[in-house]
Amino acid sequence: MSNEAVTATTAGEAAPAAESLPHGLGTPLQPADAHAKTEGTFPYAADLWAEGLLWAAVLRSPHPHARIRSIDTTHAREMPGVRAVITHEDVPGRPLYGRDRLDRPVFASDIVRHHGEPIAAVAADHPDTARMAAAAVIVEYDVLDPVTDPEQAFEAEPLHPDGNLIRHIPLRHGDPEAVGEIVVEGLYRIGRQDPAPIGAEAGLAVPRPDGGVELYTASTDPHADRDTLAACYGLEPERVKVVVTGVPGATADREDLGFQLPLGLLALRTGCPVKLTATREESFLGHAHRHPTLLRYRHHADAEGRLVKVEAQILLDAGPYADTSSDALAAAVAFACGPYVVPNAFIEGWAVRTNNPPSGHVRGEGAMQVCAAHEAQMDKLAKKLGVDPAELRLRNVMATGDVLPTGQTVTCPAPVAELLQAVRDHPLPPLPKDTPEEDWLLPGGPEGAGEPGAVRRGVGYGLGMVHMLGAEGADEVSTATVRVQGGAATVLCAAVETGQGFTTLARQIVQDTLGIDEVHVAPVDTEQPPAGAGCRGRHTWVSGGAVERAAKMVRTQLLQPLAHKFGMSTELLQITDGKITSYDGVLSTTVTEALEGKELWATAQCRPHPTEPLDESGQGDAFVGMSFCAIRAVVDVDIEIGSVRVVELAVAQDVGRVLNPVQLAARIEAGVTQGVGIALTENLRTPRGLIRHPDLTGYALPTALDVPDIRIVKLVEERDVVAPFGAKSASAVPVVTSPAAIASAVRAATGRPVNRLPVRPQAAVVTAR
Amino acid sequence: MTLPTTLDEAVAALTAMPAAVPVAGGTDLMAAVNSGQLRPAALVGLNRISEIRGWQYQDGHALLGAGLTHARMGRPDFAALIPALAAAARAAGPPHIRNAATLGGNIASAAPTGDALPVLAALEATLIVAGPGGARREVPVSHLLAGVEMLRGGELIGYVRVPLLHAPQVFLKATGRTGPGRALASVALVLDPARRGVRCAVGAIAPMPLRPLDAEQWVARLIDWDNSRAIVPEALHAFGEYVAAACIPDPEPAGDGTVAALPPAVLHLRRTVAALARRALGRALS
Repeated sequence: MSNEAVTATTAGEAAPAAESLPHGLGTPLQPADAHAKTEGTFPYAADLWAEGLLWAAVLRSPHPHARIRSIDTTHAREMPGVRAVITHEDVPGRPLYGRDRLDRPVFASDIVRHHGEPIAAVAADHPDTARMAAAAVIVEYDVLDPVTDPEQAFEAEPLHPDGNLIRHIPLRHGDPEAVGEIVVEGLYRIGRQDPAPIGAEAGLAVPRPDGGVELYTASTDPHADRDTLAACYGLEPERVKVVVTGVPGATADREDLGFQLPLGLLALRTGCPVKLTATREESFLGHAHRHPTLLRYRHHADAEGRLVKVEAQILLDAGPYADTSSDALAAAVAFACGPYVVPNAFIEGWAVRTNNPPSGHVRGEGAMQVCAAHEAQMDKLAKKLGVDPAELRLRNVMATGDVLPTGQTVTCPAPVAELLQAVRDHPLPPLPKDTPEEDWLLPGGPEGAGEPGAVRRGVGYGLGMVHMLGAEGADEVSTATVRVQGGAATVLCAAVETGQGFTTLARQIVQDTLGIDEVHVAPVDTEQPPAGAGCRGRHTWVSGGAVERAAKMVRTQLLQPLAHKFGMSTELLQITDGKITSYDGVLSTTVTEALEGKELWATAQCRPHPTEPLDESGQGDAFVGMSFCAIRAVVDVDIEIGSVRVVELAVAQDVGRVLNPVQLAARIEAGVTQGVGIALTENLRTPRGLIRHPDLTGYALPTALDVPDIRIVKLVEERDVVAPFGAKSASAVPVVTSPAAIASAVRAATGRPVNRLPVRPQAAVVTAR
Repeated sequence: MTLPTTLDEAVAALTAMPAAVPVAGGTDLMAAVNSGQLRPAALVGLNRISEIRGWQYQDGHALLGAGLTHARMGRPDFAALIPALAAAARAAGPPHIRNAATLGGNIASAAPTGDALPVLAALEATLIVAGPGGARREVPVSHLLAGVEMLRGGELIGYVRVPLLHAPQVFLKATGRTGPGRALASVALVLDPARRGVRCAVGAIAPMPLRPLDAEQWVARLIDWDNSRAIVPEALHAFGEYVAAACIPDPEPAGDGTVAALPPAVLHLRRTVAALARRALGRALS
């Protein structure tokens, strides 16, 4: 792929055109929907309306584990205003669905395996009627003991016909006999993060005259969802259409199929449009969470602190269904040692079924949990050796050409040392000694109990890595079409704008390649060719690559007649600011003139180089690319009460190339902030498998006061030659790294081990004073 | 939904419709309605009753309207009168909640984490309850919170009578975060120089605010009231421990005389209460 040929013209360089707005790659082009979103006029799925629509409600299991003896829908059906009540008996097609394997029922039939599992759904003429009718469905349960401890899952009765073990990876790399002079051990626990999208799930299903159905939802993987829906409805995929609406927050799998499946089915059943808007509680019960993880580590190092061997056991709590647990486990095992050179590694990973809420894709899954653990181990090692934690990390960091424990050679840029040095050398934030004491923001907040005498400051480091794109042979492909007509270009691509900025990036790419400023990105539906799920930086890479190729094909079509006329190749022509010029200046015309009212189309695909699954000893080239991040955290801890305030996070990240500086900064800040939540407050409590406090009061997301100063100290632009534009995706790796850095800083401030995330106040107090 | 403009009209509306539920700020009530947990037959809105949205003075006391919002109580003029209640109001949540949530609502919800409750308990506040036919009766706030005296049908909390002590008061709360959050534990402490007393209440750790009366009396005797309220630093520390042990006692010894250790989380809560009480007294006396 030749991406270097693209000439990026920034607004700054085009100095004479004073009013010229940012356009093209590398400039801070504003998202087209920015105004609508800030003004509140941007329509989301919850705002949709159709004439004569019915409202849906889903009945969910109140038990984490129970046998269903009977389901009686008679009363619900007889309620006035109720139009349909459906259960497992009404699923016309395949009764099971699932991403990796088909192991999850559309509706529970004989057994419920988690709190909130869908059992029945109702369509009625009013949302309250629908909810009351759902509550009137009588389900008789034999309540069973839930398996909530993943360590018990190995011995427990199978919770599922497929058994309790979803995947086991015993990674073996190097010499098992190797030992180091220094050995440190640790046991770490990572809590259950909820993606908590700010807009809860919603959707509208409209029956089609041909017996099919159209769903309007904020799906982030419309084609996969369409295929699942069609299979479960017993329809051909062509008769089910998913239309993507505005996405109100997606750091994970955005739409829970547990809603979409009943919604479309109710529309098919009643012949009317049906709408569903989930309450916050239903949202917490329905969608996938981050895998709670238990990690046991033993690091061996020589007397200088160079790593000799890492042994680890990693146990992911998958909840009752596989979902993406296999992918998460692969990432956890492959990155278990972090971005360090480790000659010998023996990592065992398991993903097991429990009756806890289902786990699935939340960005940085697998990699985030192990990062918290391996960074804690590095701190332990530094303490034992009496070496500065940053220095110890520097002695071990990997670089391009080093080998992962999976045997894969890191071929992409891996400027880990440069990143770490950048955050280490950044000046520390000043102590607030020059400001009046009442203006200090202490742990506990502005009206909190913080007392300067009890506050200790700590500085900690985190180094993290994450893979980009699907791993282990996943077919990553995206198709895009670029159309040019009448001086404006349109991009058609089924890549969903989840807030990651794909539509803005697509506009920038077309502006750059074709010199056309007015670029529109068409809304997404499943009539377009698939572009894959909006996760793991896929759309920046694969869909961005497809848009670039399509735009280049249009460019060739546009320039060919001119090139022919002047007897030169199209490569010698240049498009800048809507003007076509030849290298020698003989030709100078505008794009509009060259178009002569023609309409130009081109469709292209981008498919990165293939990967392979990890083999039975965890070896294989499983990843297309990796990105790296270093974060230095500065925290203040009230060591009597154990409250923690993150003062500053200094971030250095390996981004390949900056495509849109403002958007990039926003993605890094958002990722770091999600990490602050994992580190300090976000943990969905599920005593005995029941979700406690499914609301945003009980589940504390970071607020503006919890978010520290985020300083992006350095963005290393070493282009990744295999990626389009040389750019790496930027959203996941800050999420992976920041919790580890914050925990490290709390460790430095308190001297306590801090082996659990989120950090509990009792783990951050210093009792022996 | 009815919108009365006087307290007696509101009481009359409630008496006429016993199934109706009064609503002021609605920050707790409407969340329950929206999530379907509560389906009131009718609502009586209290926000148009101007007589309970301010305060007045009455022989050394302030008569606070139950409709006072947390935002209003957090302002400096109110803070000059009752500093601890102002501090609790400012700490009570994000601004949009404080703009709506009322003092009376905080008492009526009686959530253990209600930030105003320990302050009212420490101030030994009295509620003026409006009943049918213009009746007014007084209920100590602690009686209502403990369930000793309940509101009867048709009754509304009209006012809260709070003594004006003209001395330092402190409200401190521990949350797990820097942003607004529910209290894990809170301590309200007020000085009553006229009676040479210290009154303290601990919130959020029990269904109602707890008063460590012994600890209050003990520490009041150690304060040199005539000499700028000096106290030895060791006494501050001991006071914290005393309050914490009173509110979170050790388990009763078993039959064989052994005492089970408190779980780590409870021990941490006890340490937190001790730190809060010590800091609160230290700040009040400094």
